[in-house]
Amino acid sequence: MTAAAPIETDVAIIGAGPIGLFAVFELGLLDLKCHLVDILDRPGGQCTELYPEKPIYDIPGLPIVTGQELTNRLLEQVKPFDPQFHFGEMATALEKLADGRWKLTTDAGTTLIAPVVVIAAGAGSFVPKRPPVPGIETFENAGDGVGVHYAVRKMETFRGKNILIAGGGDSALDWTINLAPLAKSLTLVHHRDGFRAAQHSVNQMRELEAAGKVKFHVASVKALHGEPGKLSGVTLAGPDKSEWHHETDVFLPFFGLTIKLGPIAEFGINLHENLIPVDTARFESQTPGIFAIGDINTYTGKLKLILSGFHEAALMAQAAFHIARPNEKLRFQYTTSSSNLQKKLGVS
Amino acid sequence: MKIIAIDRQGKEHTLEGRDGWSVMEILRDGGLDIAAECGGACACATCHVYVNDGWFEKLPPRSESEIDMLDMALAVEPNSRLSCQIICSEETDGIKVTVAPE
Repeated sequence: MTAAAPIETDVAIIGAGPIGLFAVFELGLLDLKCHLVDILDRPGGQCTELYPEKPIYDIPGLPIVTGQELTNRLLEQVKPFDPQFHFGEMATALEKLADGRWKLTTDAGTTLIAPVVVIAAGAGSFVPKRPPVPGIETFENAGDGVGVHYAVRKMETFRGKNILIAGGGDSALDWTINLAPLAKSLTLVHHRDGFRAAQHSVNQMRELEAAGKVKFHVASVKALHGEPGKLSGVTLAGPDKSEWHHETDVFLPFFGLTIKLGPIAEFGINLHENLIPVDTARFESQTPGIFAIGDINTYTGKLKLILSGFHEAALMAQAAFHIARPNEKLRFQYTTSSSNLQKKLGVS
Repeated sequence: MKIIAIDRQGKEHTLEGRDGWSVMEILRDGGLDIAAECGGACACATCHVYVNDGWFEKLPPRSESEIDMLDMALAVEPNSRLSCQIICSEETDGIKVTVAPE
């Protein structure tokens, strides 16, 4: 992969959840420009990934708001500051440059150079759930169209293969339907004869099953077989504990995402039980210039609430300003009375 | 009221349940390694436990949304539950659960 030219900005934010988004607002009022990196393909973090439709009742001033609505409103609020998003990218490395700034790189080859880094990563990165089958990792990254994959990037790589899919959600059913026409064989396994997935997808899968194009078993994968990197088959177990061998080239488990701290643990920042200790005046980690706000930080009295993260973002921005603009005086102003701020917000 | 919980290392813990609290909350506050990412909204399947020793049948049945959400859990067994959906009461005194693998 050819690395793109480094991007220089004022603040690099890891995480585009509600707190990362509100940080854009607070930093924007102080004329600091932001780039945000998020492993998900859209903004909102846990709010949109875990509970987009569930109501939240403890956002000040919003008696009831869903995770998706809150995200939409925050996006609207930060729009005047033109934040730049790098979605679908995992922040993988952070290093200090000779000039005192930070270099943050992602797994997609993006490089951000900024005097301030804000970690608003919640509990970490959303990554696919890995079934607890012994040795499964030895079949991952085995190459296109073979072994274990948690996502389908190019359908063509699965043409002519014996495919095994596990799961009962939308991804499991959608890929069953989409891959069946080009697979040599396609088998779907799930722990029950019922699916969480959309009903029309279930109907389509049942039609494919009736036409003999898909095999469905109430079963789960107990063991994987083959040489490391070359999957040859699996052991399936039914609800009555009976076990049988099933030959396959590919195993695609689709059990959604879970959160792992991930590469942040390797950034050299002091951690306490996977959280970043910060002071409560600046919300800075023990590494100057690296701030942590929202669920990822810890301090005496910490509450993992969205509203706490908003407060932390406001105080962080004040401290970050002095690092990003060491020779400027910070003018504290209110959005209600400052024509200067209102101009930035595009309302006057 | 007691909750007997077996962690992923096989160690047994006896925890004090609280009336009206979810088993997930008791496990989490008791220091067991349980992600409970969504905080109890039946939206993530990361508080998955197995309910042991006949206790599964004694509990109120799983809701549709819990059954659906278990589709996103790993290593589901017939006695699988999301612990955020089991509410402590006198009736659950002595319940035994095992934290499911990650």
